[in-house]
Amino acid sequence: MAQELEKVDVVTVGVGWTGGIIAAECAKEGLSVVGLERGKGRSIEDYFMIHDELRYAVRYELMQDVSKETITFRNHPKQRALPMRQMGSFLLGEGLGGAGIHWNGQTHRFLPYDFEIKTKTIEKYGEDKLKNGIFLQDWGITYDELEPYFDRFEKTCGISGEENPYGGKRSNPYPTPPMKETPITKRARTAAENLGLKPFMTPSGNLSERYENPDGQVINACQYCAFCERFGCEYGAKSDPTITVIPTAQETGNFELRTHANVVEILHNDGMATGVRYIDVQSGEEYIQPANVVVLTSYVLNNTKLLLVSKLGTPYNRENGTGHVGKNYCYQVNASATGFFENEQFNTFMGAGALGTCIDDYNGDNFDHSDVDFLHGGVGTVGHTGIRPILSNPVPPGTPLWGKEFKEKSLYYFTRHLGIGFQGASLPHVNNYLDLDPTYKDAYGVPLLRMTYNFTDQDRKLHSFLSEKATEFVKEMGADIVTEGEELGDYDIVPYQTTHNTGGTPMGDDPALSTVNNFLQMWESENTFVVGASNFAHNSGYNPTGTVGALAYRAAEGIIRYSREGGMLV
Amino acid sequence: MSPPEKRKFTRRRFLKNSGYVVGGVLGGGILTEVISKQFRTNAPADEETNEKLTHALTYFTKKEDFNVLAQVTELIFPEDESGPGAIALGVPFYIDKQLSSAWGYNARDYMQGPFYKGEPTQGYQTSMLRHEIFSAGIEKIKEYSEATFNRPFLELEEEEQISVLKAFENDEVEMKGVMSSQFFALLRGATLEGVYADPLYGGNEQMNGWKMKKYPGNKMSYLEVIDSEEFYDEPPSSLHAHMEDSSNER
Ligand SMILES: Cc1cc2nc3c(=O)[nH]c(=O)nc-3n(C[C@H](O)[C@H](O)[C@H](O)COP(=O)(O)OP(=O)(O)OC[C@H]3O[C@@H](n4cnc5c(N)ncnc54)[C@H](O)[C@@H]3O)c2cc1C
Ligand code: SF4
Repeated sequence: MAQELEKVDVVTVGVGWTGGIIAAECAKEGLSVVGLERGKGRSIEDYFMIHDELRYAVRYELMQDVSKETITFRNHPKQRALPMRQMGSFLLGEGLGGAGIHWNGQTHRFLPYDFEIKTKTIEKYGEDKLKNGIFLQDWGITYDELEPYFDRFEKTCGISGEENPYGGKRSNPYPTPPMKETPITKRARTAAENLGLKPFMTPSGNLSERYENPDGQVINACQYCAFCERFGCEYGAKSDPTITVIPTAQETGNFELRTHANVVEILHNDGMATGVRYIDVQSGEEYIQPANVVVLTSYVLNNTKLLLVSKLGTPYNRENGTGHVGKNYCYQVNASATGFFENEQFNTFMGAGALGTCIDDYNGDNFDHSDVDFLHGGVGTVGHTGIRPILSNPVPPGTPLWGKEFKEKSLYYFTRHLGIGFQGASLPHVNNYLDLDPTYKDAYGVPLLRMTYNFTDQDRKLHSFLSEKATEFVKEMGADIVTEGEELGDYDIVPYQTTHNTGGTPMGDDPALSTVNNFLQMWESENTFVVGASNFAHNSGYNPTGTVGALAYRAAEGIIRYSREGGMLV
Repeated sequence: MSPPEKRKFTRRRFLKNSGYVVGGVLGGGILTEVISKQFRTNAPADEETNEKLTHALTYFTKKEDFNVLAQVTELIFPEDESGPGAIALGVPFYIDKQLSSAWGYNARDYMQGPFYKGEPTQGYQTSMLRHEIFSAGIEKIKEYSEATFNRPFLELEEEEQISVLKAFENDEVEMKGVMSSQFFALLRGATLEGVYADPLYGGNEQMNGWKMKKYPGNKMSYLEVIDSEEFYDEPPSSLHAHMEDSSNER
């Protein structure tokens, strides 16, 4: 049946940021690496017609084809999960470079508090601060231990930024200076200062100047073209895997990329992975790729799904609280406010994916939580990312959503509104988890992953806190009409919120509570590594990829060491 | 090229001559005329007749259905002092083309059963394809108008037509397979797409949707102006410009 191929040192399942980093680092060390990517190949030449809002931002051309594979979803364990038939709430990557092609490039580091959240919370506020089914876990690694890897990822990308006044200690400044200030970012900076907050430019993967990274790959200067989030960059000015780590891997001669290769199973024997089984989605032929090390780099959802369908690692059991694969699934709580200006017009339609002013005063434990009924917080960003006309039609509260008045106001305010958005952290809850769906299957006959998720009490309180801060901030920016936060309802899979899904294969130092150790090596299978935001024990109030990239460099080091020495690395 | 006289002998003329056209079949008399006049704006045109050759139908089969669609898009995005409405922007033709495309047939959506109604938070759960929802919705608009006002939709006063659309928006109309609000949301979304998508898709005629909104379309770079305090009030450009720009040939 399945054709067995020649054994290699390392196989990665998926070739996005994580797969690309593992491939580059391992191939540079002389290991033979095969990268299996279910989608097609792509490069800058494919972006000739990229400035097309309908095709790329509305129809999701660069993203996952959910006619082949999706997830099922329900709000709570007693509901019947149903397929996510169209993408909405989050936008999954597919094809070479994964979601790293159409990301914005906002590249933060998680806070020192995040990695030791349980210890630090109990130390400061006592055990009582954790309640209502929320549980916290330390990550089995500290910020200081991870710092060199953050530094490495930022250098690979050439991140443009200025120091976050609340951030952990840095060994180096950002590789390139921050992006240009604009009337919008300046206005946000002034508002922040007036409110006694500490603004800084968003650390950006859209580069302020041409840059050559330590691997010799060149990233160009951003043109502020405004077709960034959901688009590929035709200038090679947005750090993405196809212009950095993937060519680095290819230049070694030790890396073989296979596109249209959809992995359906990790093969294993006595806790040792032997390789993976995949389907060539064009020919329908099945192959077995044997390998000494199997690395899952297929994003949060498929990292979890592939472990579950392959029966590798102990699945989370909600009934008795045992196991960990599928556990710790977290998302984010968005809180925002929009301000409408009667007499000022802004160049809202220009910008770059990671151009903006941030405030971190309400994130992590950067403010005292003694008198509030929640933990953590979120970064606030006034973005100048470039809005587009189909998807951006903000109108003041109370305006009808169609007809004469809608037309008039949506035309008027398109260039006369600004806003701030907070990315609220998300903490694990016993009822929020991933497992396999009993009914629905993907195009290859494999069960779909089932997501059980709803916002928690903690989320609602954090949301209302951040919403108030958002409204206050936009008023300070001088808006004439400002929206007030609405109550956070049930989690809804339809409207776009964020592609910051995390958890499912949590990292930690306790094998009973975590899937992988701090080299992202599986406790239950020493030659299987799982890499991505699926490792997050909880989700912080930032974009994930800075931390994902750091963890990937850490895992690469682990894989290289394991390939030489074998055994558990921790 | 055929002489203008002969070209005028169109299918519509033929139907009229054949006695096939009565009242409702082509839609409400005068209104149809108004609509067809509004369609005659400035898309790629035949040089001699100034008729837009892309203005024909790929999906709809009945002229009345297309006219109903046209009128509802116009209600959603009406012509006013600021500029053209959905019809003059070519939105109905945009939607017609989309309905026969991959999108109209849900080619990139998960469409395997079993199908259950589900909670609103679980999203699209019908087994109907988008084009089927549109056809059913338009049929329902006609039916609902007859049932409520005893007149075809196209012959209703504007206020009455708006009330029909509101009934759909507020789920006051019973539809098979989908909620009427879902149909309305699709309709509204597709209308805005037709107003603002690159003209290459057949709507947003002459980039007039963008012009009204002060949206400059696609520009290669804002590097020199991103930090400027001045409002950037330049005429828009569309993707067509890329096809002609040889610097884009890599
Ligand atoms: C619109 C958008 C904006 C974003 N903006 C930001 C931002 O500003 N800042 C930030 O930090 N993050 C951002 N993100 C998130 C960021 O893109 C991800 O964190 C990052 O790309 C994850 O990298 P990854 O390698 O883990 O996964 P991916 O990039 O998803 O790559 C996984 C790859 O695995 C492949 N794959 C999956 N399953 C299989 C299988 N069974 N067989 C073979 N291949 C498989 C997929 O096709 C994919 O190519 C954004 C995401 C989106 C969608
Ligand atoms: S905004 Fe900058 S980084 Fe983003 S796509 Fe345009 S040029 Fe590239």
